Amino acid sequence: MRISRSATALLAATAMAAAVTACSPPEKKSASDSSGAATATSATDLGGLDALVTAAKKEGQLNVIALPPDWANYGEIIKAFGDKYGIKVNSAQPDGSSQDEINAADQLKGQDKAPDVFDLSPAVATANVAKFAPYKVSTFADVPDALKDANGTWVNDYGGYMSIGYDSSKVPAPTAVADLLKPEYKGKVALNGDPTQAGAAFSGVVMASLGSGGSGDDIAPGVDFFSKLKKAGNFLPVDPGPTTIESGQTPVVFDWDYLNVAQGAKLSGKVQWKTLVPANAVVGGYYAQAISKDAPHPAAARLWEEFLYSDAGQNLWLKGGARPVRADAMAKAGTIDATAYGALPKVEGTPVFLTDAQTTKAKEYLSANWSKAIG
Amino acid sequence: MADVVDTPDLVAPKPEIRAHRRVGIARARSLLGTVPFFAYVVIFLVIPTLVVIIGAFTGDGGFTLANVSALGAAYIVDAFVRSIVLSAVTAVVGAVLGALLAYALVTAKPNGLLRRAVTAASGVLAQFGGVTLAFAFLATIGLSGFVTVFLKDHLGFDLYANGVWLFELPGLVLVYTYFQIPLMVIVFLPALDGIRPQWREATESLGGSTWNYWTRVAGPLLTPAFLGSTLLLFANAFSAYATAAALVSQGNPIVPLQIRSALTSEVVLGQQNLGKAMALGMVIVVAVVMALYALLQRRTAKWLA
Amino acid sequence: MAGLIARRARRQRVFRWAVVLVLGVFFLLPMIAMVEFASRGGGETWRLLVDWPQLSEKYPDLATGIVASLGQAALTALLMLVLLVPTAVWVRLRLPGLRRLVEFICLLPLTIPAIVLVVGLAPVYAWVNYFLGGSSLTLTFAYTILVLPYAYRSIDTGLSAIDVKTLAEAARSLGCGWATVMWRVVLPNIRSAVLSAAFLTVALVLGEFTIASLLHRDNLQVAIEFLGKSSATMSVAVSLAALVLAFIMLMLLSLFGDRRKASR
Repeated sequence: MRISRSATALLAATAMAAAVTACSPPEKKSASDSSGAATATSATDLGGLDALVTAAKKEGQLNVIALPPDWANYGEIIKAFGDKYGIKVNSAQPDGSSQDEINAADQLKGQDKAPDVFDLSPAVATANVAKFAPYKVSTFADVPDALKDANGTWVNDYGGYMSIGYDSSKVPAPTAVADLLKPEYKGKVALNGDPTQAGAAFSGVVMASLGSGGSGDDIAPGVDFFSKLKKAGNFLPVDPGPTTIESGQTPVVFDWDYLNVAQGAKLSGKVQWKTLVPANAVVGGYYAQAISKDAPHPAAARLWEEFLYSDAGQNLWLKGGARPVRADAMAKAGTIDATAYGALPKVEGTPVFLTDAQTTKAKEYLSANWSKAIG
Repeated sequence: MADVVDTPDLVAPKPEIRAHRRVGIARARSLLGTVPFFAYVVIFLVIPTLVVIIGAFTGDGGFTLANVSALGAAYIVDAFVRSIVLSAVTAVVGAVLGALLAYALVTAKPNGLLRRAVTAASGVLAQFGGVTLAFAFLATIGLSGFVTVFLKDHLGFDLYANGVWLFELPGLVLVYTYFQIPLMVIVFLPALDGIRPQWREATESLGGSTWNYWTRVAGPLLTPAFLGSTLLLFANAFSAYATAAALVSQGNPIVPLQIRSALTSEVVLGQQNLGKAMALGMVIVVAVVMALYALLQRRTAKWLA
Repeated sequence: MAGLIARRARRQRVFRWAVVLVLGVFFLLPMIAMVEFASRGGGETWRLLVDWPQLSEKYPDLATGIVASLGQAALTALLMLVLLVPTAVWVRLRLPGLRRLVEFICLLPLTIPAIVLVVGLAPVYAWVNYFLGGSSLTLTFAYTILVLPYAYRSIDTGLSAIDVKTLAEAARSLGCGWATVMWRVVLPNIRSAVLSAAFLTVALVLGEFTIASLLHRDNLQVAIEFLGKSSATMSVAVSLAALVLAFIMLMLLSLFGDRRKASR
């Protein structure tokens, strides 16, 4: 009698658990969506850009997530958007990864604090298309076809190449990835993140692979390079950031060129931070913009996208050292910021952009071998 | 309060049934008083646990053993081994040093300042593992920490000549010991308090030496408590997440960090259920350890309550 | 025999001071290092730490984290008491058979690590967010589960020391309702146990990181960790302040608890 009672209790609890996992809470009807912005697929659907601006101003707020202020000049972009339209931008989790953005959207679905827009790595973007609302900005045609989804569910926004940033007063200038194995770099080389977790670090290992005789198909030489780096005592298992660079704890950092360039600009006078994109080991990567399907502020979200892909927005990214996706079209039209464009680090060699198949293969190899390589 | 007394068959059936029904109603009303507690625990403890267990066996198409078999991958097995080694080493070191410290406290005045201060400090350090301790160690032996700089400037000794071990497993061993010792003090002190001075006197009056006392009297009595406390320390270190999360940024050497990576990685996607399988593995290990601890607790309670 | 005892007492004293000295150095060294580290930069950090308006201006995330943690600690202590005290008393009085089950449940959080619990809490919290919003204070629900083992043990010990059955029967026979029995008869008599449970709760909540971090909420420890990336000295100063405050709190508890016992 007692056994069947506890068994039924357990069964009931299991059923409840299954139910809780399976269904998510019903969505809170957002009272503010009177303008129909949530289903607009372009500014014309709402009656033009001015109508979009009015609707966005009425919403008054925008929730962004995982946008560090010193990442591709996002600090200035957020401020510029807020000043231009009088919309308050709430920036959550500046340290989050692309997956954290999706997790937050799931967790806060229907809430006022749910993220409106995402800035994601391509892998996360293509894996979560069902969560995005398709939207074509007015300059949609300027973006190369390979760098956007045809319906506008996600569109690449800016990109860069993997680089080696270094403090020229502390270490000799490296000319290639292999140079970093030399004894002058003992205890000095850091990677921005764990490659099994962060997209930037993953691309760093790919660059190391290209610089060690590997290719887009084969990331093993890159993992071996870091293993050798660790054995030589050159690898520093510290997470580099503005503080560690300034204090001199991490004199050499593998990171996107726009991030290293921004550090150099910020610390000029204090630290001689230079950026090198190694010749013939050029790994390119873009990030992608997407609008959440359940955005609590749909009009503001769409206005944000329009702003980012306008000449002003693209040039602000360029100011942060990133290569805006409309760079070619803007260069042709003469609207690009020529000085900033000319100041970007020189790139020698053909850039390698990993295909989906290559990325999957590389990820599997990394998951299985990274811990052991630097353990 | 209304204990049921079995009425003999002499009484007519009607009142008996009524009595049972009355008791049944009273029982149900009593149970009602515990409903808030049980409901709360079910929602916030039982259901999350079941979500993990069910999720570990869920795949894209329903029930699957793929996640559990994926636990056999070399890097996950390595993480489990490293977690177990880390927990075992810090449990043993913490247990031995903690027991010595606890014994030192027991020989002091029961309400004196020394015992009070050390017990309070142990309470804080045992709970405050994690981020605050990680920063404490960064300030001490981090790359620009107090001791590191002192050793380099005054003794010419570079602590990190062979690699920065603080952010890897050896560093974790050192920092974990820092909160294992206080935990041992808290858990083992009641057992030491249960040792009655009469036993010492009895041993002496029978001609026994200190050695005899410790190996024949106090030792065997304290061994279950000591082993139980060591197991508790093991479970504590195995479950710890915050310290490692704050210190280690490369390589995910232990299981809790692998679980974090499975949930938040933007490189290797779709690992949520693998994370749940790893969580299930952790629960099994800790459950085994805690079951042994409960058994040893019962032995201890017999003599030292 | 007296000489033997005196000799043993002396040996124990030497042993005691040797152990306390060696381990004391091991434990105090990081504290000293934290003081030294945080004082780099000319004491600016300490001045900022005690100046709340300036602190919340310069480090808004830290200020939010501190306020959130204090709120969580207070709410968790409250919820824990409201949930555990009536249940513990009720089980003792009416359902002694359920006692083993309740004890087992209260020990379960020790077997289910926080990192595992948080994996399973995500769908539950999706519902909590729906009903109560996404504020950091909703972490109270998860924290109450975490403190169950320690709080229940404390309250149970307190209840064992008094004769709950007689007290409750006497109060009920004088016409008290159950609420009055709990609030005016039982609670005052287990005051030190309740206080101890509350202090342990506060210490645990202030030191909690795992659940807050993986559910992306604000919390003192999450704020300290984030601060560590931008300001090493400030994060060390705040860590030290938190540790010292918790230590003072537990010392006060042990002194206060004893004084109540003595005054009885």
